[in-house]
Amino acid sequence: MRKIEAHRITDLVEQLCIEACCVIPVDLENGFKSCLQQERSPRGKQVLTTMLENARIARDERVPMCQDTGMTVIFVTMGQDVHVTGDFIEDAINKGVRQGYVKGYLRKSVVSDPFRRENTGDNTPAVIHYEMVPGDVFKVTVSPKGFGSENKSALRMLTPSEGIEGVKRFVIDTVSAAGASACPPIIVGVGIGGTMERAAYLSKKALLRPVGSDNDDESLVTFEKETLIDINKLGIGPAGLGGNTTALAVHVITYATHIAGLPVAVNIGCHATRHASGEL
Amino acid sequence: MQNKSNNSAIHKLHTPISDEAILSLKTGDMVSLSGIIYTARDAAHARLVEMASRGEAMPFEFKGQAVFYAGPAPAKPGKQIGSVGPTTGGRMDTYSPYLIERGLKIMIGKGGRSVDVVDAIKQHGGIYFAATGGIAALMARCVESSEVIAFDELGPEAIRKLRVVELPVIVAIDHQGNNIYETGPKEYLEQ
Repeated sequence: MRKIEAHRITDLVEQLCIEACCVIPVDLENGFKSCLQQERSPRGKQVLTTMLENARIARDERVPMCQDTGMTVIFVTMGQDVHVTGDFIEDAINKGVRQGYVKGYLRKSVVSDPFRRENTGDNTPAVIHYEMVPGDVFKVTVSPKGFGSENKSALRMLTPSEGIEGVKRFVIDTVSAAGASACPPIIVGVGIGGTMERAAYLSKKALLRPVGSDNDDESLVTFEKETLIDINKLGIGPAGLGGNTTALAVHVITYATHIAGLPVAVNIGCHATRHASGEL
Repeated sequence: MQNKSNNSAIHKLHTPISDEAILSLKTGDMVSLSGIIYTARDAAHARLVEMASRGEAMPFEFKGQAVFYAGPAPAKPGKQIGSVGPTTGGRMDTYSPYLIERGLKIMIGKGGRSVDVVDAIKQHGGIYFAATGGIAALMARCVESSEVIAFDELGPEAIRKLRVVELPVIVAIDHQGNNIYETGPKEYLEQ
């Protein structure tokens, strides 16, 4: 049994919150650069250029790329041989979020209740997903999620007969309806299968995959590429002002499902789809 | 700052903006905006409408002034403001026609607007500017000063009086109701 003291988790989460909001992942920055070559709209090129400049300033000055530093989504991968000592793990994580958002001058965008809507003042509570694995690994990924894009996400329970074409249509319709508000060029996370909530979780997790990487499941590589091509035919373009770069990537994760169902969740990630990971 | 790769002229505007200036702008025009603008987003809009319906004075004069749908990040020590950029205008659709009827003509946000808002813009000679979302570190450099003037308790949603210098925006919906979020993508749509 490996022991990890809770305060180390707090420190790691604090650091990752700031890093995720201020430092663009390399794969995403490279994605912007390759789009800049392919974009036909002069206005679109200009927007992509400002996005690259913005990423540079954010990194150099250690300020958030986007003022919407999101609701803090956290993925914890924990080996079953790990024992967390001290604080309760959930408290340790939320303490890290609180410290990170204060020390990093990140915006506090969380309200305590969907109807009373009082700002909690420290961006807690986070949305935390735990995944148990064999061994003694302890990994944390912080993925602050802005709501311009989150609001444009959607889930539908398709029927098995609608098949892969039905899934594709739903993905494209969702992106089309998202338009400019989702801050394109976007990353499209798609969770297919499982139950309703499993599909939603997978669509969020799919956003973490590096832009430009192929799906591990070979049968999905073509589906992702074709869907991306179709999305980029919509014409929405950078910032929604018109152009042929509406999405940088489509990432799919599938799971076993029920004989009667074909759940599909589409989680839209804006052009500032941020995440930072660390291990203890 | 955004004018290098585009041939169209940049319109330099200073607030307060005259009705004539609004009427002279067309969808797609690039504008460099300087002067005072006011931030207000979801919660502030709800309060403005409540106040107006009770006949109370607005926290700032609407005439010639622009409202920026934004909630900035906190300022680091020595800075006037943290990262700042537009939020989705569509969420203000419920409130905007009411405020436009009461003199608010200039809005800055991102994303399309409802038919009701476009109609109100046409009827009252208003304008909706688009700013690019998610380039907030860069945009903060256009802000010279920031001061909370109302609803401080709303935190990021408070109304702030910003002095901006050459804030880059584009005319999204002009006074005739032309809409770049429809015309722009149409140009690049592939069937």
